[in-house]
Amino acid sequence: MHEVTYIRPRNLADAVRLYRTTPGCRPLAGGTDLMVMLHARTLRPEPEAVLDLWSLAELKGVRRAGDMVEIGAAESYTGIIASRDVQQHLPALAAAARTIGAAQIQNRGTLGGNLANASPAGDTLPVLLAYDAVVVTDRRSIPIDRFFTGYRKTALQADELITAVRFPLDRQVAFRKVGTRAAQAISKIVMAVSRSPARVAIGSVAEVPLRARRAEAALERNDVDGAIAAVAEDIRPIDDVRSTAAYRRQVTQSVLRELLEDVRGAR
Amino acid sequence: MRFTLNGQAVSFEGSGARRLLDVLREELGATGTKEGCGEGECGACSVLIDGEVVDSCLVAVGQVEGREVTTVEGLADGGRLTALQQAFIERGAAQCGICTPGMLLAAHVLLQQAGRLTADDVREGLAGNLCRCTGYTKIIDAVLSCTK
Repeated sequence: MHEVTYIRPRNLADAVRLYRTTPGCRPLAGGTDLMVMLHARTLRPEPEAVLDLWSLAELKGVRRAGDMVEIGAAESYTGIIASRDVQQHLPALAAAARTIGAAQIQNRGTLGGNLANASPAGDTLPVLLAYDAVVVTDRRSIPIDRFFTGYRKTALQADELITAVRFPLDRQVAFRKVGTRAAQAISKIVMAVSRSPARVAIGSVAEVPLRARRAEAALERNDVDGAIAAVAEDIRPIDDVRSTAAYRRQVTQSVLRELLEDVRGAR
Repeated sequence: MRFTLNGQAVSFEGSGARRLLDVLREELGATGTKEGCGEGECGACSVLIDGEVVDSCLVAVGQVEGREVTTVEGLADGGRLTALQQAFIERGAAQCGICTPGMLLAAHVLLQQAGRLTADDVREGLAGNLCRCTGYTKIIDAVLSCTK
């Protein structure tokens, strides 16, 4: 049987070095995506090794850094939900984290994993887009709207590790996920919206989590009906096992209308 | 690598990338933990790591080095069942039984964490555990009977 080597770095510097120097190595955090693919042997190329980032202290925790909140790439959703700073400044992120799986998944899932996996259905990803989050890596900062480059493709270089995600403090963002049931569902659509600045970020409606630029332009002109019409043109939904393109288009418009009411009410 | 399984020190020689689920069942004889979907959807393989409920199919065994793992075998104190296990028996909260170990562990954590629980709290707390017999009503009754 194909045996994958398990590597446990001592600290972040060690992890960065090992990731650069170990051929065929995949970073592992909570395993909610990677362990499934590893076991089913659906990863191509098949990894020779996994680099375990889960226990690295440098990648844990939620902290205030000046006028930002910084969340470690390997902090669990449970830790994010429990954080005072997240509850106070990033309630939409807490709301999104609560919709991810159930306790078992929230105890293991991480922002770093959601980003690196880059699924168009990743539930936190529209929230990151609506907050204009910044992805911090071992070598640079990447604005979130330049992070997703194609279906499950990211701007990360082959040997680059995500270390944290930074969020601004003072933005009203509303979040909504539509799935087959409240818990443990993969999204049919997932959306996060900010009114000022205008951000309409949607998952499961294209090959990447996307910003609906036409809808945002309409919102900047205070044209709510125009935004709701335009969002149907911004998205590129498909028919798949979870939903149909027609359903997704219609529900995207309804959810956008609801969320715009939510953010107006919150101000 | 070494970890604690139900209070006993255990060690395992082999790749730390193997699933905790497989090492428990195949190497350590702890077959109380069941495999359902193998994708983190069903919760049948739930175990506790340092008291937190996780799906053991999603954990690389290397990740539990130095940690404390509790499986269903570790719930009872010797031959004495917990109140929750007793309630599962008395209220018929097990049918085919494959979800029962995971249900017990997730409910055990829930009962430790929360104050007064409602049926909705229990449903939410056990949302990561599927019962293929759909025997949820009796499971929820059994958990609720253990709340103060």
